[in-house]
Amino acid sequence: MLLGVGLLGGLGATARFLLDEFVSAREPSVFPAGIFVVNLSGAFLLGVLTGAAVDGDAGRLLATGLLGGFTTFSTWMLDSHRLHEHGHRSAFWLNLAVSLLAGLLLVWLGRELGGAL
Amino acid sequence: MTVDPRELAAIFLGGCAGALARAGVVEALPLTPGTWPWATLLVNVAGALLLGALITWVHERRAAPPAYLPPLLGTGFCGALTTFSALQLELLQLLDAGRGEVAALFALALTAAGLAGVTLASSLVRRLDGVQA
Repeated sequence: MLLGVGLLGGLGATARFLLDEFVSAREPSVFPAGIFVVNLSGAFLLGVLTGAAVDGDAGRLLATGLLGGFTTFSTWMLDSHRLHEHGHRSAFWLNLAVSLLAGLLLVWLGRELGGAL
Repeated sequence: MTVDPRELAAIFLGGCAGALARAGVVEALPLTPGTWPWATLLVNVAGALLLGALITWVHERRAAPPAYLPPLLGTGFCGALTTFSALQLELLQLLDAGRGEVAALFALALTAAGLAGVTLASSLVRRLDGVQA
């Protein structure tokens, strides 16, 4: 069980890196669009799992392991810190506020959809 | 986009360790939905501190850093130790419980602590490096 959480966490981290690279290569800008897409899609998927009442071992594997490893807080904070340090004040506030509010909206939307499955 | 398989392996290994460490904290500090999410606060602030220190150290030292250290410890371990999805679900559950003011306070406290953690760790590393130089 614990092994599975670890392996899926590693898989989630690898998927985060690949999606981040892919998005950042397509949308080169000061705004950290890659991690933004990773975090919002992960929040949506966690909402779907919750709505579909995936719990117990499957919940631990997919929610704590895969999606926990996929989404990240530390890089979101580091990117925000850098935006602030380089004087991109509006991108700094946008990255914080929009991530939080859109994340909340998407986890709710995911839960509604998951509940209807 | 070119991918280095050894870089991916480092991220995968770091990610396994980070997710396991987070699972351990979640196990030790189980959450009743609608209450203050201590586990998420702890792993996220710890990961922000560690990542801030690591990236500053790697970017500002004169010698080249060990090649696979940033993907292993940064993208892999810190990335998977911390989480955004659980944070959002826990905020939603606080709103469900009618505790909107706690949700707002938690979001504010966590982002402030995360940013302060990155800033603090990075200036601490700069100071230590300055002493050595």
